[in-house]
Amino acid sequence: MSEQHSSPNQAASAAFEAEIQMPSIEHPLREAARMFARNKAAVGGLILLIGILLLTLVVPFFYTVDPFDLVWAPLSPPGTENVPFGTDYLGRDILAGIVHGGRATLAVGGAAAILAVIIGLSVGSLAGYYGGWVDEVLMRITEFFQVLPTLLFAMVIVALFKPSVATVAFAIGVVSWTAVARLARSEFLRIRSLDYVKSARSIGSSNRRIIWLVILPNAMPPLMVQATLAVGGAILFEAGLSFLGLADPNVMSWGFMIGSSRDYLMDAWWTVTIPGIFIFLTVLAVSLIGDGLNDATNPKLRER
Amino acid sequence: MANISIIVVKRILNAAALILAVVILNFLLIHIAPGDIVDTIAGEMGGISPELIAEIRADYGLDKPLYEQLGLYVLRILQGDLGHSFFYDTPVVTLIWDALPQTLLLVITALSLALVIGTIFGVIAARRPNGAFSHLITVLALVGFSAPVFWTGIMFLIAFASFFPLFPPAGMAAPDLQPGSLDYYLDVLHHMVLPVLTLALIYLAFYSRLSRASMLDVLGSDYVRTARAKGLSERVVVYKHALRNALIPIVTIAGLQFAQVLSGAVLVEAVFTWPGLGTLALEAILRRDGPTILGILFFSSVVVVIFNLLTDLTYNLIDPRIRLGSKE
Repeated sequence: MSEQHSSPNQAASAAFEAEIQMPSIEHPLREAARMFARNKAAVGGLILLIGILLLTLVVPFFYTVDPFDLVWAPLSPPGTENVPFGTDYLGRDILAGIVHGGRATLAVGGAAAILAVIIGLSVGSLAGYYGGWVDEVLMRITEFFQVLPTLLFAMVIVALFKPSVATVAFAIGVVSWTAVARLARSEFLRIRSLDYVKSARSIGSSNRRIIWLVILPNAMPPLMVQATLAVGGAILFEAGLSFLGLADPNVMSWGFMIGSSRDYLMDAWWTVTIPGIFIFLTVLAVSLIGDGLNDATNPKLRER
Repeated sequence: MANISIIVVKRILNAAALILAVVILNFLLIHIAPGDIVDTIAGEMGGISPELIAEIRADYGLDKPLYEQLGLYVLRILQGDLGHSFFYDTPVVTLIWDALPQTLLLVITALSLALVIGTIFGVIAARRPNGAFSHLITVLALVGFSAPVFWTGIMFLIAFASFFPLFPPAGMAAPDLQPGSLDYYLDVLHHMVLPVLTLALIYLAFYSRLSRASMLDVLGSDYVRTARAKGLSERVVVYKHALRNALIPIVTIAGLQFAQVLSGAVLVEAVFTWPGLGTLALEAILRRDGPTILGILFFSSVVVVIFNLLTDLTYNLIDPRIRLGSKE
């Protein structure tokens, strides 16, 4: 969206440059991409995430062992013939669980984060833009959701309804939107009083147009950072709920692997350690990308 | 400042409204759930007699109109009655009251530890923002945020209870020790080490990062420059002038984070079978013990509301720059 707004500018500046050797003005997105690419940790996170996506989306086509099948002697340690990551207490292949269980973990994390961003953005933008009683009411609701201990509330939602992938994603989304809402509200409050919004209003732009096409694109950078944080948080949340035994027992996921092997961890460290490492690496990758985006889009941090 | 009492009253009313909202939410959750709670109880208890079903139904007032049921529900909660646990066959309030001290012991110890050490780490890091220690803090914070807390706990268990059996893997004290004896407290202390360490670690990462940022912010301000210009020693500037103000946001956020700390405690308690509210909540969920789980949700929300209220009021008291009642 911001491309639409600045591309005429760029064309103009390019024309000027030819005439009078002005220092070139880089497009903000390109500049952010360049800053991001210079950040080794962020690029490392991106590579890690791509690796994890390949593992969970492509490798399942090649490694077709069913993660629920009993393939080998129970509690075989890693390095045993045919089962490089070992087996769990039922003799299920842990490598198969890692390869096939990642999809559920990422899908729930992603869906929950999208839900959290949609709710948070709607509440925050309306509160910040309209102010007054709208702000008052919406912020009271936000405050209410902040008071509920998130994990307990999500546990209650999952327990009241049937624990399915959709319920878990819904529960996580419903409890984790408040941070996005607060950020969106403060961004909208700040931007709404800037000159370019005033001029948009003075030429008769509708509220809807101002919210979507004028303020939102400019509020996007910090919101994107918050959204990546939400993805990491949601993946951790899904893992926690599965660990507590509140995930769909018919869907293999990394958290489910840890939860179902909980009673065997003293005898078979690999059953819980290996899935945990993958959760950790995924969240780490997302956090590194989030940090990188933050550094790349926040002009105050540029000089560091 | 004349209207300070009005604002305090306002804050308290706001807190009361929040608590009422939690009550209504609890009530709605009971009603939204597919099938009513009596079916769930009946199903869980197996062969339940029709008389008992009728009794439970009357106990919940399920034959009355919805608004009347809500009124009854609010009245009961006001009397301190959070219902009756069907699994434990005990009033929910008693269950919560028995589990609460253990959770508070765990949470408060971990939180204080994280707060004190985190602040110290942050101050050290802020004195050399590009030094090795500062980078180490950043990495630690990243790892602390990315590792699932229950997994960290399990790693501790595997390392320090299984490979090197230094600490007990579960529970709070050996069953043969009597509460009150010195041995008992020492044993509790021994059992506490791993769960406290696990819970403290995430918040340690968080507070180190927060206090580093807060300290850097304050160290760049004018009055610190003035203090330096007056020729005060670096130690006085950092610890007497800067730290005092840097602490304000740290303490505030610590108070406001209580809801999240409780969530972490649920997971840590589950890992170490620590007999607190989290373990009780998990047990209640797995047994589909509705009154208990909703009672815990209500109780912990009230605790959070009170914590937030206290933080809010203290914040206003310690920082005269904050005008009470003003919007962010």
